[in-house]
Amino acid sequence: MKRCLSVLTALAALAFPGGASAEGKVKIGMIVTLSGPPAVLGGQIRDGFALAVKKLGGKLGGLDADIVVVDDQLKPDIAVTKVKGLLERDHVDFVVGPVFSNILQAIEKPVTASSAFLISPNAGTSNFAGKQCNANFFVTSYQNDQVHEVLGKYAQDKGYKSAFLLAPNYQAGRDALDGFKKQFKGRIADEVYTPLGQLDFSAELAKIAADKPDAVFTFMPGGMGVNLVKQYAQAGLKTIPFLSAFTTDESTLPAQKDAAVGDLGGANWAPDMDNPQSKAFVAAYEAAYGAVPATYAMQAYDTAMLIDSAIRTAGGKLSDRDALRAALKKGDFVSLRGGFKFSTNHYPIQDFYLTKVAKRADGKYETEIVERVFKDYGDSYAKDCPLK
Amino acid sequence: MALLLVQTLNGLQLGIILFLISAGLTLVFGVMNFVNLAHGAQYMVGAYLAAWLIGLTGNFWLGLALTLPATLAFGLALEALIYRHLYNRDPLDQILATFGLILFIDEGVKTIWGAEPISVDTPAALAGGVALMPGLLYPIYRLALIGAGLAVAALLYLIVNHTRVGMRVRAGASNSAMISALGIDIGRLFLIVFGLGATLAGLAGALVAPILSVEPGMGDSVLILVFVVIVIGGVGSIRGAFLGALLVGLIDTLGRAFGPALLDLAMNPSAASQTGRSLTPMLIYLLMAGVLFVRPSGLFPVKR
Repeated sequence: MKRCLSVLTALAALAFPGGASAEGKVKIGMIVTLSGPPAVLGGQIRDGFALAVKKLGGKLGGLDADIVVVDDQLKPDIAVTKVKGLLERDHVDFVVGPVFSNILQAIEKPVTASSAFLISPNAGTSNFAGKQCNANFFVTSYQNDQVHEVLGKYAQDKGYKSAFLLAPNYQAGRDALDGFKKQFKGRIADEVYTPLGQLDFSAELAKIAADKPDAVFTFMPGGMGVNLVKQYAQAGLKTIPFLSAFTTDESTLPAQKDAAVGDLGGANWAPDMDNPQSKAFVAAYEAAYGAVPATYAMQAYDTAMLIDSAIRTAGGKLSDRDALRAALKKGDFVSLRGGFKFSTNHYPIQDFYLTKVAKRADGKYETEIVERVFKDYGDSYAKDCPLK
Repeated sequence: MALLLVQTLNGLQLGIILFLISAGLTLVFGVMNFVNLAHGAQYMVGAYLAAWLIGLTGNFWLGLALTLPATLAFGLALEALIYRHLYNRDPLDQILATFGLILFIDEGVKTIWGAEPISVDTPAALAGGVALMPGLLYPIYRLALIGAGLAVAALLYLIVNHTRVGMRVRAGASNSAMISALGIDIGRLFLIVFGLGATLAGLAGALVAPILSVEPGMGDSVLILVFVVIVIGGVGSIRGAFLGALLVGLIDTLGRAFGPALLDLAMNPSAASQTGRSLTPMLIYLLMAGVLFVRPSGLFPVKR
């Protein structure tokens, strides 16, 4: 079987000499998580990107788009192997991905050291925003801390005296609470770290009830968030404002339902964003995939639009890397979130909003924008980045 | 004081769930000498079947009643297709095969029901909560769950200690070759034990569906705790599984709730919070190590 495959590959190589440099064609390698519970997030990115390419008639920047999707299985070692396959076998021009920050740490070096550009539609770690920023690496989502800062700022502006913080005990959990504390200066009633993957929060909920804080802030992605939100409501704690990041979004709301209604979050976009391109996107996404898109899908769609604009500006010449890089840097596309531009470190400068979970008239759930918390907000690490 | 009561109830409830899963596994392990890593996956299938059947019938009780025979059938199908061929094999073969089965079942439920977590509504009769402490409603469903678990434990006690089948099961756990020599159909006994274990795991899955999200891989995290329970209680012992499960549930919950506060008395607050954070998840493993040190075959070992 293996030999058979390699013969086929050899034949294919003969039939299409030159791979990526074949004129009139752009190759995109997408690496996202498509196994385990987080597969929902990877699926949104794959579908959001595919929707944009479909809208552009199967082309990006006028060139036929050839997209190879691979699954990183949320394992850094596997991600590196898969990315090397994309670069060395498929000769892709752009790598789009990943979903998770630990995967980004693993694949950044192999991709940026090759002739391809790396564009992250979700993960945005602080190290690549600061000293380790790279000319061939772009982020279309946000710097991870910013979403947590939105909620810290809101809690501060609202005048909350005390907050109860809850997060899983791993790097992203600790970063989340630090991000919140960067903006919130009130008293921290308690700071609780739970084991990653914990599904029953009854002990922590009793603690919250005993502490009586003015607000609760948490970061509980995936199934943990589904359970926490349901149990929070069942425990009758809804009188205490529930602020969270990546805990109640369109990927978890179908399971949280009414228990999440009214919960507050932070985001760079929500499905009710009031501009024509976003409205068209949400309608098309729901029609095609039967689910409400979350920010993951939006950012993937914008990533496709960014690549489209860059190839167009560079005159369709994929071999001219400097022109392509300059064109990417311009960020000259119509973003679903309205305004979009890159900072010197290739992370976005954009608005951030407070969002609230609501039930729509058709019975589905989505997050909706309440107010703008930050305007044209760039991250605080850009000043350490040597890029101009 | 009220907080202590609530946390004790929380610990009991975790213990009950662990008991339902570990009772079946400890019997299979003790009687059949078979290491079934996929037991956690059977618990997950129970939760999925419950979510599906409750959604289908629109009635919690009917769905629950249908889930039990469905998980039994699923368990027996696994037994006939796979496990039966592994009983006389090396433990390593059993571990490899049942581990492979975990991956297969995890992917299977994802293909059928999708990767998104699924939720099940609490039955209307048990919705709402009681205010055991100011500001906190303790869900009635969780109290009912503790009651149901205790009832199952009592029933199991009666079956295992006061019926003929139970006597054979106990004899099987002590020396299966001997009872086979006495003319008891060991294959049939294995099937009964296995069916019981599968149904209990399915019941546990169905009971937690309204409080926890149903998602692929939910059985894997619980499996480790269940093995801790079995090792503490003694392999093959229902009584050991019961007390081991309650012990693990209570120590884990109370440690999480009060550990950092107790450490506060001994050291400065920030150091206490740091130590508490890393110490509390370790508590049950420390407990296991301690038990193994004093009683290497668990608290209630089966006499051999």
